[in-house]
Amino acid sequence: MTSVPRPERREPAHAQLDPVGPARPTAVPGWDRPADLSKAPGTVPELAETDVAPDLRAEIEHRMSLYPDRHSAVLPALHAAQKLYGWLPPQAIDEVAAVMKVTPAYLSSIASFYDMLNERPVGRHSVYVCTSVSCSLSDAKKVYGAILDEAERTGLEDTEVREFACLGACDMQPMASIDGRYVGPLDVSDAAEIVASIREGRRPLPGRGLEDEDFRLPYEAAEAAPGGTPEHEAGPTDRGLGPSHYPDETPEAKATEGRNRRRRGE
Amino acid sequence: MSHDRDGRDGNGDLRLLKDIDEPGLAGIDVYERRGGYKSLRKALEEMDPDGVLEALEASGLRGRGGAGFSMGKKASFIPKGTMDKYICCNADESEPGAFKDRLLMQKNPHRLIEGILIASIAAGANQTFIYVRGEYSLQADILEQAVADAYAKGYVGEGIMGSDHSTELVVHRGAGAYICGEESALLDSLEGKRGHPRLKPPFPANRGLFQGPTLINNVETLCNVPLVLEMGAEEYKRLGTEQSPGTKVVSVSGDVQRPGNYEVPLGIPAREIVYGLAGGPRPGRRVKCWWPGGSSAPLLEEKDLDLPYSFESMAEAGSMLGSGSIIVVDDSRSLVPLAMSTAEFYRHESCGKCTPCREGTNWTVKMLERIDSGEATPMDLEILAQVQTNIIGNCLCVLGDSMAMPIGSMLEKFRPDFEAHIEEARARNDASIVELGAADLANVAEAGPV
Repeated sequence: MTSVPRPERREPAHAQLDPVGPARPTAVPGWDRPADLSKAPGTVPELAETDVAPDLRAEIEHRMSLYPDRHSAVLPALHAAQKLYGWLPPQAIDEVAAVMKVTPAYLSSIASFYDMLNERPVGRHSVYVCTSVSCSLSDAKKVYGAILDEAERTGLEDTEVREFACLGACDMQPMASIDGRYVGPLDVSDAAEIVASIREGRRPLPGRGLEDEDFRLPYEAAEAAPGGTPEHEAGPTDRGLGPSHYPDETPEAKATEGRNRRRRGE
Repeated sequence: MSHDRDGRDGNGDLRLLKDIDEPGLAGIDVYERRGGYKSLRKALEEMDPDGVLEALEASGLRGRGGAGFSMGKKASFIPKGTMDKYICCNADESEPGAFKDRLLMQKNPHRLIEGILIASIAAGANQTFIYVRGEYSLQADILEQAVADAYAKGYVGEGIMGSDHSTELVVHRGAGAYICGEESALLDSLEGKRGHPRLKPPFPANRGLFQGPTLINNVETLCNVPLVLEMGAEEYKRLGTEQSPGTKVVSVSGDVQRPGNYEVPLGIPAREIVYGLAGGPRPGRRVKCWWPGGSSAPLLEEKDLDLPYSFESMAEAGSMLGSGSIIVVDDSRSLVPLAMSTAEFYRHESCGKCTPCREGTNWTVKMLERIDSGEATPMDLEILAQVQTNIIGNCLCVLGDSMAMPIGSMLEKFRPDFEAHIEEARARNDASIVELGAADLANVAEAGPV
């Protein structure tokens, strides 16, 4: 019997970027490495013997004071350390452990669980492209592929480009979070600008980020433009909620748009 | 405020999203000018804690996070006594399709803070937390600023507004784990552990955060709390339906022309939301199916759009209102890529504590990959459906169910899609064999099984 050539399997996004090699998508990195039995058992690093950045120490101590139990500050502390180093090298874990008086292994167990904490260098900049259900309906995978291609083509360094689900901005579908800045809706043609702005340290896609004052979704912008739908279009269904209507039924459709502007949150 | 004959609010449609476009509403001054913190004052000065609790119970306000449990009843489960009690606001909104809490926190953070403070009076809580997902850094920054302002004005902290009620409020950032939106996993995460769900009972109301009584509510639920006090329970109940009072912020996305957040009274036909507000699918397309409550709800079909959009009628139709996030799929789509997208999400987010979920989500993805690559047989669909039924109800939390229910409903209602996809992929493979020349075949044979 002839073996059938299989179609190409999709590689998980991080497998392509992983310097160590492709991993099982659900596995924690390093799961298959043998344990080093010669190492001393986990001990809490002495604060006096550990070189901790003063700002980091102050931040962690402040966070610990906010909670009834100091362990609650683990996530804020690791966030702070990651902000300082760009990722969580063993040195950072040791620093946090010394201040929080916990073992590095405990912190490592936390860091490996959460997606946003990285125990290996991933780059200071992050581009998370949402490819979840709603965004995938708007060709998010193509946008992701375009950004990845562009980043590779231009040799963009110190940046982690990955798929992410779900970023909670389905109204901006397809969208991405670039260093925490939500931008969308994106198109394949935006990839060049995104990559260029990261390289040059600019704010990507001004006016198209969620936090921008003038942020509007395309259809909202079209309505706000001269010649768009007037603010208040009186119609049979404008007040309360009347009978069903469809976009192709013109009078109702207009009324819908009028009401929609009042109801819409953003 | 005038009301239509059917008791629906016919005039001031917007409650939660009222003034939401007001510039600077996130600042405490504008919020106060818009009547903010009046409900808190009322709760402290005109009512006693039992009165607040009674008002919440009488309003019939149901949780907006997914389960739809009565908020007042949940608060009444918190035992009396002088022990430390906690409130956690669940702002770990990560479900595909849901983005309402993002808007509420970004635009009107003080309403949430006011709701938390009123709830803390009802539950007698002295420590409150907002667990906001790590990706919402903008919203967390806004919340932190708002909390600092509220502290400065004496709305939070020791002796709130001169009363003897004291509460602390901390904004806690998650780090990208969907499971932490599950209430008991949220508690573990907040205690500084990996976010693993806990076995219930004991329920968080008895033993939650740090083993103390804990009330956990969604952002939107708590945003409704000031409204309940402001309007009075009786007036609030007149919004929406008898079993689902109030308004709901619905996130609509997918194949619609105007994706976004819309506030509607519960009980209006779903068609009004999908077509009337969100504009429906692109011209020439029809709705094929829709998720009524985020990606974890079983799918409904086009005909179900005429059902009233409420907790009870969605449950009757075999789905759920969930977090109130509608994802619309039009008739140009095959469901297989969607099933894959859903399953991959839950595989990635499964915490791994319970076997049916950890293995079931993984196997579901593998079987869908088989379907996609043309190796599946129709029997695989039976097995796939069986995997889903083996997940449901067999885990500590509902993350596995959240994948099994929509995938199960896809297989049940849109089986021809899957069969067609299998056939197409097989035909494609067959064609590629024919195209291979003899030399290629030899090469393939030499290389051995791929």
